[in-house]
Amino acid sequence: MKVSLNWLREFVDLDESVEQLREVLDDLGLVVEGIEHVGEGLEDVVVARVQEIRAIPGADRIRLVVVDAGDGPLEIVCGASNFVEGDRVPMAPVGAVLPGGFEIGRRQMRGVTSNGMLCSASELRLSDDHAGLMILNDVDAAEGTALLDALAITPDVVFDISVEGNRPDAWSIEGVARDLAARFERPLRAPRLATTNSATPSASVAAAGIEDPALCERLTVSVLRNVVVGPSPTWVAQRLVGAGMRPISNVVDASNLVMLELGQPTHPYDAAHVAGRALRARAARSGETLVTLDGVTRELARAGRGLGDTGVDCVIVDGEDRVLGLAGIMGGAASEISDATTEVLLEAAAFDPMTIARSSKRHALRSEASNRFERGVDPNLALRAVARFVAILSETCDELQWLSDPLDVHGDAPEPSKVTLRPGDVERALGTPIAEDEVLRILTALNFRVERDGESLVVTAPSARGDVRRGAAGRADVIEEIARLHGYRRLARRTPTWAAPGAITARQRLRRRLRDTLVDLGVFEAWTPTLGSDEDFELTHPGLARVRVTNPLAAEESVMRATLLTGLVRAWGRNLERHRGDVLLGELGAVFIHPDLAETPRRTRGGAGGAVELELPEENERLCVLLGREDDDAASAVAMWSVMSARLGLADVVVRSYDDVAPGLHPTRGARLVDRASGAVLGVLGEVEPSLVERLAPSAVGRRVGVIDLDVDVLADASRATRRGTNVTVPSRYPAATMDLAFVAPYEVHAADLAAALAGASELVESVTLFDVYTGVEGGRSLAYAVSLVSSERTLVDADISAARTALLRAASDLGATLRT
Amino acid sequence: MTSSPLSTLDDETARALAAIESTDELGALDESHATIVGRRSAFVTLQRSLGSLAPEDRAAAGATLQEARRRVEEAFAARRALLESRERQRRLDVDRMDLGDVVVAQVPWRLTSGHPSLVATTQRELEDVFVAMGFKVADGPEVESDWYNFEALNIPPAHPARGMWDTFYVELGEPETVVLRTHTSPTQIHLMEAAVAGGTLPIHSVMPGRCYRRDTPDARHLAAFHQVEGLVVDRNITFADLAGVIETFTRAYFGEDIDSRLRPAYFPFTEPSAEFEITCTICRGAGCRTCSQTGWIELGGCGMLDPAVFDAVGIDPEEWSGFAFGFGIDRCAQMRYQIPDMRALIENDVRFLEQFS
Repeated sequence: MKVSLNWLREFVDLDESVEQLREVLDDLGLVVEGIEHVGEGLEDVVVARVQEIRAIPGADRIRLVVVDAGDGPLEIVCGASNFVEGDRVPMAPVGAVLPGGFEIGRRQMRGVTSNGMLCSASELRLSDDHAGLMILNDVDAAEGTALLDALAITPDVVFDISVEGNRPDAWSIEGVARDLAARFERPLRAPRLATTNSATPSASVAAAGIEDPALCERLTVSVLRNVVVGPSPTWVAQRLVGAGMRPISNVVDASNLVMLELGQPTHPYDAAHVAGRALRARAARSGETLVTLDGVTRELARAGRGLGDTGVDCVIVDGEDRVLGLAGIMGGAASEISDATTEVLLEAAAFDPMTIARSSKRHALRSEASNRFERGVDPNLALRAVARFVAILSETCDELQWLSDPLDVHGDAPEPSKVTLRPGDVERALGTPIAEDEVLRILTALNFRVERDGESLVVTAPSARGDVRRGAAGRADVIEEIARLHGYRRLARRTPTWAAPGAITARQRLRRRLRDTLVDLGVFEAWTPTLGSDEDFELTHPGLARVRVTNPLAAEESVMRATLLTGLVRAWGRNLERHRGDVLLGELGAVFIHPDLAETPRRTRGGAGGAVELELPEENERLCVLLGREDDDAASAVAMWSVMSARLGLADVVVRSYDDVAPGLHPTRGARLVDRASGAVLGVLGEVEPSLVERLAPSAVGRRVGVIDLDVDVLADASRATRRGTNVTVPSRYPAATMDLAFVAPYEVHAADLAAALAGASELVESVTLFDVYTGVEGGRSLAYAVSLVSSERTLVDADISAARTALLRAASDLGATLRT
Repeated sequence: MTSSPLSTLDDETARALAAIESTDELGALDESHATIVGRRSAFVTLQRSLGSLAPEDRAAAGATLQEARRRVEEAFAARRALLESRERQRRLDVDRMDLGDVVVAQVPWRLTSGHPSLVATTQRELEDVFVAMGFKVADGPEVESDWYNFEALNIPPAHPARGMWDTFYVELGEPETVVLRTHTSPTQIHLMEAAVAGGTLPIHSVMPGRCYRRDTPDARHLAAFHQVEGLVVDRNITFADLAGVIETFTRAYFGEDIDSRLRPAYFPFTEPSAEFEITCTICRGAGCRTCSQTGWIELGGCGMLDPAVFDAVGIDPEEWSGFAFGFGIDRCAQMRYQIPDMRALIENDVRFLEQFS
């Protein structure tokens, strides 16, 4: 909201500097998002008349202009061409500093001297028009007149203030001034108001009614006669321009001015176009339409998509029940004020904020009025606003009549909240005691009514403060107002302590361990998009149900990812194009499984009041690493996993090859990571399916890309991801004997299973390590293990070793593996 | 009756189908295709001969020929698909690798340096500061119901305050009931519900996590971003404790010369509410472009828990009080490293990532 300092000063004395005021406004929660200095830098600019325009030899873009700025002819070089001899234009003399700090100097160009600058409106920051010079022919001012005087511009400062959602009272100059007056402990001045000046009772010529009292808290209708539509006085126009609104006519401008000044939107109708001079508020009926002032045809009373939106639109209808406007949001074209209007019906009302909010959202129609109504307009403000409107309009309509006893009908208006402040309540909330007289002073300055009830204060909120609730919540609202005006910066600070220690969870420790391990192994950690395209989803999960976003920013960002792989391959492909693809790329994050496919869909409460049980997607946390370096392949993934497995303290996880192990993985170069004790699958590894690489990283076609994709949910679950126990063993002091055994094992026998069988064959076995695989044999492949034997009690003798060897061979043969000879 | 030009058609078709079925290589299949339906094939010859027919017979004969040709083309396509699939399988079989047989010691491994994500690192640093201050760290889901993301936080359906968040809605349940969480605050509700159900109040927790807002990405905003939320519910907790925690955190994380201050603000789930600002970390308070010459930059929002929120989770506001605060993790990272454009965080450019350790 744009707030003019000059305007504020009409309500409260403010001698503070602009910077001081910014600080105070911020501290009041009226955050200043920008400050504009109107008229700044225009002090030296004067009106000049163009006497002569001459061409400059050799220059076709600039001309020499001779002007008279009151002190005789002056030669100025100018690049604009939208003016002729005799026009009047703004001239900045040598030495002037224009808005933005641009200083005008005397310059030589093409052998001529320029003694100043002729200005466009945009160079003067008076409008966006930079098409040519600003032409001042319509302005009644002699050459040499200061531009500020000629245009009747008063230098001003405009604060751009962001008003919070719980400050319906602050959407006006008066509201902001009230806060400042309360903070500075200064009086708040009232604006000039008119009174009715005609003996004719309004009810004798007009009518007002509310059919749906839940939608309209109050509807007042005033009849104004002898209206002469014309331009507004300069001060009104300037106020509006300063606030970012366009002056239209004295009637419309007065309505807008009152809204900006007091916060009450009003709506003027041409009485000649309102059947029966009657205005009534009711809910729109299904099938009704309205052409709003912006020329759009609106279908009314149609249920919206939003939760809890039943399609209620509050409309204003005339005496023949025809819809004139969307109440509180925008009027209709039919009853608009025109140059021919002589009699005005002025509506000043208060509507149910929620109804306005829903209508405004449903029709995607926001206006200055709806912004205020949806936050709640003071129902007691209506006639005061009309009195202000009449006072302003009277300046241009000498004979203006405001008929007596304006029509005033009431719907359901909420009772103002009453809150009890018990002794100590303020200190219990703020941790700072605030003296009772300070509390009284603040609340009174903000128009709260305070009564004493024994030790307690009973505080009644003003009707402008619909945001103040009842009970404990209302108490918090009132205490916030006390704290706000007292000043947050004056409140005490205390660092609390408590007995319970801080901690991260086991899951969070696991994440840290995973990330650290990845980085230690050379992985670059990426962050790829959660939302992707249907095409990408189809690459790995063809035809499957997917979690879809209703309102994506773009179609290719509408599906929640079901794998990290796609995003990583894409990211890797882009790096490869930059010749930086020789990397390991990894990500830790959630993938989303549609509840129809989830093993354990998440059920939770939702809907209005949390009354409905909803099924939400399963969120599966995964860790995916892409091994994209030049020679990486599935074997690199296995090697990397072996280090990770050790770092994670996993007891016994085997790499088991399967065909088509997981979507996105190479069909014959993939494996599951199986926890032998629990049988749980901790993840998969292998290579990325070549077609996926071709599709997502075209520059990598034909290149092998290793991948590890771990299920962090399983890794975090000790019953599935078995950890090495805490019963550590001290290595034997006796020497170990090692033997190498090569077996021919069928392909069905996993090398890790054979190793485990060997390890369990004799209690003397200390370790079994696969050290060679040879595939050129009959009946499978040759697996060569180094077996280390040791006793914790003595040095082994030949008989021990021979017995152990027999046991090892038997264990192998039980699995179908024979000693290679 | 003269012999029809199509009298040989059945034979030609049968021969063609047999030839297709007996072809076992893709190259050979292409060659057969040329001979059987190509420009000099029997089919084309037959096609030309149709011109000699009486016009009234021509249409019927043409249809017969087309039908035969269609059968042959279909046979070609089916055979091609089969051979291609066989070829693919053959290649996959040749390619097959038993990963259980990988001898790890024989796999070459180049030593290179890895780089953690800037966001993850920042999150960990923040967590560490809060853990040292006595906070536990909690997680929450990224997809939430409207109850947790809005209504329990005192933002009822169609309330204008819902417009404060540009929400992504998920196509599940009734419209606008499932959302990508717009803030980490729903995790507060989960924690309070669990503490009430388990009788484990008080709560001293921070909740970091990924959130989403329907914001077109620009230099300062991403549609996905990370927040950390803090929640304290205990006896005798006041606004002074909130301001103290903010101050302690600010100094611990940003440095002893960085101050904090609160100014009034509005959040539906806290009352009184505040924005908290810290001394501009660029100019250290002297005033610069980043802080619009004010010496202060806005970091996040905070406030005393609103009684309406306590009501939603069944906590007695006469016995317990509390505060919450929240701010952006990415923004902290952006400030610390003076990253001019947030979009660098999601571009995964190795040249960007390798600057962090």
